[in-house]
Amino acid sequence: MEITLKVNGKSFQADIEPRLLLVHFLRDISGLTGTHVGCETSICGACTVLLDGAAVKSCTLLAVQAQGAELTTIEGLAANGKLHPVQNGFWECHGLQCGFCTPGMIMASCALLESNPNPTEAEIREGLEGNLCRCTGYQNIVDAVGYAARELTGQQARTR
Amino acid sequence: MTTNGKNGKYVGQPVKRTEDPRLIQGLGHYVDDIKLADQLSVAFLRSPYAHARISSINVDAARSAPGVVGVFTGADIDGRVGFVPCAAALPGLKVPRYPVLAIGKVIFVGQPIAAVVAVNQYAARDAVDLIEVDYDPLDVVIDPVRGAAPESPVIHEEFGTNVAFNHQAGLGDVDAAFAQADRIVKQRMNHQRLAPISIEPRGVLASYLPGEQQLTLWTSTQIPHLARTQIAVMLGMPENKLRLIAPEVGGGFGSKLNIYAEEALLGFISMQLNRPVKWIETRRENFAATIHGRAQVGDVELAVKNDGTILGLRYDVTADLGAYHQLLTPAIPTLTGLMLSGSYKIPAISMTCKGVFTNKMSTDAYRGAGRPEATYVLERIVDIAAQELGLDPVEVRRKNFPRPDEFPFATATGLLYDSGNYEAALDKALGLVDYDGLRREQQSARQNGRLLGIGLSTYVEICALGPSAAMPAGGWESATVRVEPTGKVTVLTGASPHGQGQETSFAQITADMLGVDMNDVLVLHGDTSIVQYGIGTFGSRATAVGGTAIVLAIEKVIAKAKHIAAHLLATSPEEIVFENGKFSGTPLDKQASIQEVALAAHLASNLPPDTEPGLSATHFFEPKNFTFPFGTHVCVVEVDKDTGDIKILRYVAVDDCGKVINPLLVDGQVHGGIAQGLGQALFEEVVYDESGQLITGTLMDYTVPKAQQLPRYETDRTETPTDVNPLGVKGVGEAGTIGSTPAVVNAVIDALRPYGARHIDMPLRPEKTWRIINGQ
Repeated sequence: MEITLKVNGKSFQADIEPRLLLVHFLRDISGLTGTHVGCETSICGACTVLLDGAAVKSCTLLAVQAQGAELTTIEGLAANGKLHPVQNGFWECHGLQCGFCTPGMIMASCALLESNPNPTEAEIREGLEGNLCRCTGYQNIVDAVGYAARELTGQQARTR
Repeated sequence: MTTNGKNGKYVGQPVKRTEDPRLIQGLGHYVDDIKLADQLSVAFLRSPYAHARISSINVDAARSAPGVVGVFTGADIDGRVGFVPCAAALPGLKVPRYPVLAIGKVIFVGQPIAAVVAVNQYAARDAVDLIEVDYDPLDVVIDPVRGAAPESPVIHEEFGTNVAFNHQAGLGDVDAAFAQADRIVKQRMNHQRLAPISIEPRGVLASYLPGEQQLTLWTSTQIPHLARTQIAVMLGMPENKLRLIAPEVGGGFGSKLNIYAEEALLGFISMQLNRPVKWIETRRENFAATIHGRAQVGDVELAVKNDGTILGLRYDVTADLGAYHQLLTPAIPTLTGLMLSGSYKIPAISMTCKGVFTNKMSTDAYRGAGRPEATYVLERIVDIAAQELGLDPVEVRRKNFPRPDEFPFATATGLLYDSGNYEAALDKALGLVDYDGLRREQQSARQNGRLLGIGLSTYVEICALGPSAAMPAGGWESATVRVEPTGKVTVLTGASPHGQGQETSFAQITADMLGVDMNDVLVLHGDTSIVQYGIGTFGSRATAVGGTAIVLAIEKVIAKAKHIAAHLLATSPEEIVFENGKFSGTPLDKQASIQEVALAAHLASNLPPDTEPGLSATHFFEPKNFTFPFGTHVCVVEVDKDTGDIKILRYVAVDDCGKVINPLLVDGQVHGGIAQGLGQALFEEVVYDESGQLITGTLMDYTVPKAQQLPRYETDRTETPTDVNPLGVKGVGEAGTIGSTPAVVNAVIDALRPYGARHIDMPLRPEKTWRIINGQ
């Protein structure tokens, strides 16, 4: 069936099988392989993307469920050659090792900071409960999100 | 120069990783991100039975399903694809033949039976469901101890037993030590089976070019060259016609230090179809058919004097090997035997180990690989001994440490520890955690009915694997360092980093030694057509062995460059001083930069006589010994009296991994290692039921720890260099996993001391602590 959706501001139209998973649409049709598949069961969170601003797990959504939606993937975060503050946080705080969970972790962190711009450490840890990392032991990820929160709120203060 | 323990502009600094920009933008290329034209997808039919004869397989419906290009079963590979290899060698070891697709019989749940090749993964998986197999189920072997008994059903009929080997290790007169003991402390301990769970599952892309007769295999591996050799043998092809590429690898933890059936099979299928074929492991497959770790059960006995002096140790252990040997399956328990002296002077040690086949996935190297088992056994039994003797666990440890001036220290397991100052790390950790204050706090907490516990672990591990004589397939590592005509530096390492960050740390070493900007250094790895033969990344070896190979290759480059610089500056090489990227002659105002020398080396029109053009060198570094990092971990827990829930209040780790190249990376390794150790101590366990069904086959059932289940780690270091390599580094990849489990369990037992607790097997689920609190 025909669907149309926007990924990182770009429109995609495709004739797809109704059972096609959103993550496969992103990876195979949009050609954006930054969104990873780690478990196919919504648990590891490697496939997390933003659907109309909300963090969703694209491995258990059908592409047809995203008809008409605006999606943001990891490839869509940096703008004009400038990293997003969350990406910066992960780089500055050594919030990644193998990097496989990272795109999903970063997207989930973006959604977390959108709903809670000044999270406590406990709130960050709870907010990332849908994302697994096997390399870092999470501490540097938590610090990366805290770093991004400070950078984002600082930006907002400056633009006010 | 950065060697001999000196810090440089980059070495010793917390340099941000050069790997990260691509990874944080989703621009890295893991196996599944590589797409070739005409690529087909492979899906597997895997055994639903732990032990069964296959009486028939009917693939007709699958073969004619939409989009299907081919179906392969055991009959197609029998005699055409070699067996999955085992590199471990032990006297009398029984090595069963391990076909890449089951032939006539399946012996574990998840064993591949048939491979369907189709235009995409949806079509391939649909067709898998159309394959009809008739099974005759057989009796299963689940418990390794019962499996070793003569009346047990036998998995590999050709051996007539499930016992694959009996291994004996240790030195000294153990019987005499036990005869002299004031007290013998005994405990049975279980190391539960674990799943490594890299977040990237395994995956293979194979592409055969019939004209060139060249096969390219992209596979998520830690050992690209060793895999190339082994898979070429399995496929009966010349190894130099097989190009193996480990692209971005999304975690390994030992699980990708292996040769898997699917790797060779995908190569075979591509050669049959003359098309690229890809298989990406599902998480369920990852649980069932990627190696597991640990799975030992044993009885440990410690002979002690009343003052806490350790006289001897016995460990009688059964290792659950699983159904077949993977690459190193039988070798893992032997590492346990090597490390049983831990951080103590133990004059007599004996380990007897029985390796037993069971109807489960094979066990093999999971982060720590045999050493966590040794550390756990020893650190637990020392704590139990302290408890029985009424001594402080800190003092018992301190009493038995070798002193710094006793290194190199020979153990009763046949090792020579390179260097150490165990008391310094212990004291630092105790200071950080305020041990005396904590003990007072514990006293008052107990009076208020709160269950506070303090546990420690003073571990030693064996790293930088290792001297080739002690390794199944070479223990050296290789490096090529090229200064290109424009002065850019290319480093080709035989190590295969997959998250450790050596593209950064190796560039730090190189940039400091050559006096160039780090951004001018490119570290390449993982492609057997680009990189000289190497061994790979495992056993906390990449920096200690692979980094050293780079240092020695650079020294060759500098020696040659000095020769050329002397010619350019019209002086003798002995007069040349090389500092900060500049070669200076006498007088010192005559200078040539490394970049100028590199250009001259390539233009080659003005070189000293008998000088080869070019500026590159290769070094294969053979270490003379292992390294032995050590440290003290302290865990503080509170157990909830009503629920048995365990809360980690503090976790302090003081690790000594020798010289540190990049503290950011070292802390990252320690954090991740501790997290996996805490996972083992508190949450994780692979469970097979009595019929051999894997009942922890998803991330819902197998508890990989989440962010809110883990504490903040307080890390610090002592730095005792080693003379095993010129960098003075020891390795840190596994320290956290090795040091942490006993610290946690010791803390929980300490918290439950008012209830007479002595030992609980991991994982310490609240149910277990609750039963102790409630006397059940």
